[in-house]
Amino acid sequence: MPLDTSYTGQKFKLVGTRPLRPDGIDKVTGRAKYGADAFAPGQLVGRVLRSPHAHAKIKKIDTSKAEKLAGVKAVITSADLPDYTNGDRGMFDILENCMARDKVFYDGHAVAAVAAIDADTARKALKLIKVDYEILPHVTDVDEAIKPKAPILHDDIFTEGVEPKPKKPSNIAKRTEFGHGDVEQGFKEADIVIEKTFKTEQTHQGYIEPHACLANVGPDGQGEMWVTTQGHFVYRNQCAQLLGMDISKLRVTASEIGGGFGGKTHIWAEPLALALSRKANRPVKLVMSREEVFRASGPTSSTSIDVKIGARKDGTITAATATLRYASGPFYGMWAELGAMTSFACYDLKNVKSVGYEVLVNRPKVAAYRAPSAPMAAFAVESVIDEIAKKIGMDPVEFRIKNAAKEGTKSSYGPVYGPIGIGPTLEAAKNHPHMKAPLKKNQGRGMACGFWFNFGGQTCTSININPDGTAVVAVGTIDVGGSRASMSLMAAEELGIPYENVRCVVADTSSLGHNDMSDGSRVTFSSGMATVIAARNAIKVLCQRAAKMWDIPEDAVVWEDGCAKPAGANAGTFPPLTLKEIAAAAANTGGPIAGHNEFVADGAGVSFATHICDVEVDPETGATKILRYTVIQDAGKAIHPSYVEGQYQGGAAQGIGWALNEEYIYGKDGRLQNPGFLDYRIPVCSDLPFIDTVILEIPNPNHPYGVRGVGETSIVPPLAAIANAVSNAVGVRMTHIPMSPPRILKAIEGGPA
Amino acid sequence: MSGVHVTTTINGDEVDFVCPADETLLDALRNRLGLTGAKEGCGTGDCGACSVILDGRLVCSCLVLGAEAQGRKIETIEGMADGEKLHPLQRLFISHAALQCGICTPGFLIAAKNLLEMNPDPTEEEIRFGLAGNLCRCTGYDKIVRAVQAAAKEMRGA
Ligand code: FES
Ligand code: FES
Repeated sequence: MPLDTSYTGQKFKLVGTRPLRPDGIDKVTGRAKYGADAFAPGQLVGRVLRSPHAHAKIKKIDTSKAEKLAGVKAVITSADLPDYTNGDRGMFDILENCMARDKVFYDGHAVAAVAAIDADTARKALKLIKVDYEILPHVTDVDEAIKPKAPILHDDIFTEGVEPKPKKPSNIAKRTEFGHGDVEQGFKEADIVIEKTFKTEQTHQGYIEPHACLANVGPDGQGEMWVTTQGHFVYRNQCAQLLGMDISKLRVTASEIGGGFGGKTHIWAEPLALALSRKANRPVKLVMSREEVFRASGPTSSTSIDVKIGARKDGTITAATATLRYASGPFYGMWAELGAMTSFACYDLKNVKSVGYEVLVNRPKVAAYRAPSAPMAAFAVESVIDEIAKKIGMDPVEFRIKNAAKEGTKSSYGPVYGPIGIGPTLEAAKNHPHMKAPLKKNQGRGMACGFWFNFGGQTCTSININPDGTAVVAVGTIDVGGSRASMSLMAAEELGIPYENVRCVVADTSSLGHNDMSDGSRVTFSSGMATVIAARNAIKVLCQRAAKMWDIPEDAVVWEDGCAKPAGANAGTFPPLTLKEIAAAAANTGGPIAGHNEFVADGAGVSFATHICDVEVDPETGATKILRYTVIQDAGKAIHPSYVEGQYQGGAAQGIGWALNEEYIYGKDGRLQNPGFLDYRIPVCSDLPFIDTVILEIPNPNHPYGVRGVGETSIVPPLAAIANAVSNAVGVRMTHIPMSPPRILKAIEGGPA
Repeated sequence: MSGVHVTTTINGDEVDFVCPADETLLDALRNRLGLTGAKEGCGTGDCGACSVILDGRLVCSCLVLGAEAQGRKIETIEGMADGEKLHPLQRLFISHAALQCGICTPGFLIAAKNLLEMNPDPTEEEIRFGLAGNLCRCTGYDKIVRAVQAAAKEMRGA
């Protein structure tokens, strides 16, 4: 019988406290091992040759000179990566992104790779590879790419999702649509209609640790890889497929991860490292430079979005539409689709429609970035919401409260909501002292809401009870920011033993069944639920063993406070047996004691946040300073509140960078102009104030402790909240992100921004 | 490889290594001496993940040559704790949850230690500007600044 894992509302002893994280000492002493920190006997250095062109045919690659250079042990091109994808277009796109085949699609696209005895030799070898390109016209702007005369990236892509099937290939890979009701009728009922177009520039996740791996494939076809990743099981499955290996022959161990934010849910150079190692028959370490990280991994979409909202004078929204064009790089991605799904998710709307277009451009393949696609859509929608509230003469918080989704609302993307937190976050914002603090000249306050689905997914977890009464939790999800502490807390809570007696480890791919990516804010939800179930399964075994020790029926034993206790009429009277005592006797009662769980974690709880932000804009330079920032978000249940606050603050800080500074700048030649932290400026310590947090706990009914997932929603509102604040400070609606000083000056001077 | 022979003092120990003339101190520390606590986040002096102290001065080891370490004194994150006893900054970074992924942490700890040595009682603004050469993408710096404030207070005996 499956265990009932629905919300219990139990009183906790450990969950909700703030113990020290188990990996803390390793991380403050420099002992923790990240992607680039592993070494293998005889290892070679891998390096990748990348295209300087945005769009070109590869006519010929001559590697002969590089191969002859002393110290070079292997050179590979796409010829060394035959197509094993069997018609799976998604996997083929991944293969083609990892190493260009007939064409290069962006500045930075890999064309060849070498493995050599040291970095210097590898660099020299790259210079000796001659690639003969036929340069093609390119397009990097999302709006340019859909114009009739734009250069077409793929002549075999016809827009999906339109009837009848188009006859001409297009840079629009797919059209999707969501919504319900009759928007035309809704706009007729409106007293005020506002329509605006917005743009956001491409940003990078900006994890401080570049992609890095150490690959080792032997002549027997068995391989191992040490890699920084958000999902070692998915990396294993995809790499094995692309290399034509059996999945069982490739063992992947996840290193400590130095930030991912979605960027490490995709494979990049890992298959190249494996192919080099196989060819050289030596371990190969491949670490991307920061420039490569910017040019060839990660970024999120640049977008162009039209939003139209109509409302009555009493503040009721009567209709809302959005058309979202998201650049996905040269390959299809579901980015506009996610934008279209999330755009109006905060509101209870009778008539709503959102349409997404996936647009192909000559930029790097877009990767997930924390609540992927939602921040841009929220920026556009929440800006128009503010404008309408202003036109009607309603307070922006009140206007949102009036239209907020609630339990029972049919969401704009389909499902009907259960208990949700948008209303409570808005009420908390309304009553927060931040809302009433005075503002000075050139200062403005803005607020905005955000939504993210949160994911569940395939999860496999084991708990082993050790002979001394301690426990090891083996999870297959990645610890990106303290989740081993949260898992240990949950296991300790269930087992009734001290937090210190539980050790949580991230197991390698040969020690557990498949686990999906650590994405979608799913780790504490899914691995947490799996940990709770595994612990309850272990408790069942512990009770059976106690029954054996007492020689009473199994169903006459209950588990309380870390002990087996006899219960019921036929139980007899025995003093409680502690977990430690039962564990010590395991050898004589049936052997090792463990609990496992493997499942698809369903029922992730949707998550909402409201942010408030004060800015000061210097009217002479156009520079914006964030004066005060408050994050209010529903966590469902905060297992370790310090790391929940950390997620809120980190997401807000990334959003602040995106809103004010960060952008990919392409030259006319289609080359990225700013692939480094000097010119792609992420927020530094002196750019930010303290970021206040308010954790609300509206339990997710589908998780035993009520957990929703907290990692992503915090990056959704900042673009909009800051745009509203800046617009209020300068008196002009800002419609282009980032609001860099030149754009703000232009807006103040009356030009379009 | 025609290399340069370097004799230097790292965390109080005299060490020798041979490296090419154009190799960075960061690469020498990581790849020749096994001191991988200093991280490479950029290689261009923009992220501070590679911070070490060279003769009392905070430097980005990716911008220093290995050969320049000859006859000098280097402090790295591996030498920050006194045996089992963590430096107050290390202890308070853990208890304040001032790290998430932790890749920036060694650089921040080295930079913060240097900051507090020069200015034992910094204001919030002095901390923020003092640490502006170190990038953290996870935390939003909030808990890092609070941990440094707490460490400053404790170290002053306040
Ligand atoms: S690696 Fe030296 S400053 Fe970034
Ligand atoms: S904790 Fe991840 S970069 Fe600072």
